Amino acid sequence: MPTKLKVREIKEYFGLELINEEADLDRKITVSDLSRPGLVMAGFYTYYPSERIQILGKTELTFSDGLCSEIRRERMTHLCQEDTPCIIIAHNLPVPSELVDVAKERKIPILRTTISTTRFVSKLTNYLEGRLAPTKTIHGVLIDVYGVGVLIVGNSGIGKSETALELLKRGHRLVADDVVEITQTADNELIGTAPEIIRHLLEIRGVGIIDVMTLFGAGAVRLRKKLTLVIKLEMWNKDKSYERLGLDEEKIKIIDTELPVNTIPVRPGRNLAAIIEVAAMNYRLKSMGYNAAWELSSRLTDEMDMNEL
Amino acid sequence: MVKKLVKVNLKTGLHARPAALFVQEANKFSCDISIEKDEKVVNAKSIMGIMSLAINSGSEIYIITDGVDEEQAAERLAELVSQED
Repeated sequence: MPTKLKVREIKEYFGLELINEEADLDRKITVSDLSRPGLVMAGFYTYYPSERIQILGKTELTFSDGLCSEIRRERMTHLCQEDTPCIIIAHNLPVPSELVDVAKERKIPILRTTISTTRFVSKLTNYLEGRLAPTKTIHGVLIDVYGVGVLIVGNSGIGKSETALELLKRGHRLVADDVVEITQTADNELIGTAPEIIRHLLEIRGVGIIDVMTLFGAGAVRLRKKLTLVIKLEMWNKDKSYERLGLDEEKIKIIDTELPVNTIPVRPGRNLAAIIEVAAMNYRLKSMGYNAAWELSSRLTDEMDMNEL
Repeated sequence: MVKKLVKVNLKTGLHARPAALFVQEANKFSCDISIEKDEKVVNAKSIMGIMSLAINSGSEIYIITDGVDEEQAAERLAELVSQED
């Protein structure tokens, strides 16, 4: 689900000055890349990325000052395309009157900041990448177990929240119960957080809604956590074969990122919290290079080779 | 799969009590049920999910059902939220 951002939000977030009052601030920003259209100023129009926010700094504006009014108007006209979200002037520089005219006509907002171009570009890039990152809401519980971000999924009523409660009692930290908002950051990491309205709350059937932070203290909660492992709880099905060795790793795809998943069958008498703790620890061990299943497999190979001699 | 657009007419919208009632009703059906509002989709069988959307009176939501009793579920839940109490 692509997130959409309006020019208005950028204007408000960075406190930018709007030069042409009647411009349309509801224009959409669809890409996080920025453009410094120096070559457009010079009259080279091929590959002009018009869908990006255009930033005019000292270099671009000094160059355009050297042009005659007629040519400047032509270049500015080319700058303001149908899909150009807005034009931002850095350094609090004066805006060429030709640009104001064209932008007025096409209702493209011209915004101005007092910050220098390079600094503004890096601030804006950070902001855009965060805001335009793909997001998804997932039904599940996100909990930090020994520093591993574990997402517990499974059907309603299988006992996700109850398992989370048991994990909390064992000193682990809750991030989100029932609704996990997941954002995929630039370097393909999935970050999970809770919607603000239900942050730090847990619903336990028969008891009702409890506030984890008030009950267990600030040490029992986290605002956000990177997802590293998925635990899928499902009713024990005797016809289904569950992982016995751990040699093969099952994967699940969330947005565009793959995560390892352990399917845990639920049956009375199985302590899910202990199993999840062990799964998290085992995951850490594996990421440190030790895999018990491989170790067993190699011992078996050695033993069999010995017997052959 | 059934996707139904309904307007919430309950006076308090899906506030805590009506949300609990809604979830209770949703749990009577065996199909998967989700609610969509402003491109956000949550599980309708979870009270926290419904409340995280903060659905107020007059807002429009989609009820999405998928499974054996999808028709009845969509019908019943739509009826529940669209009634004026």
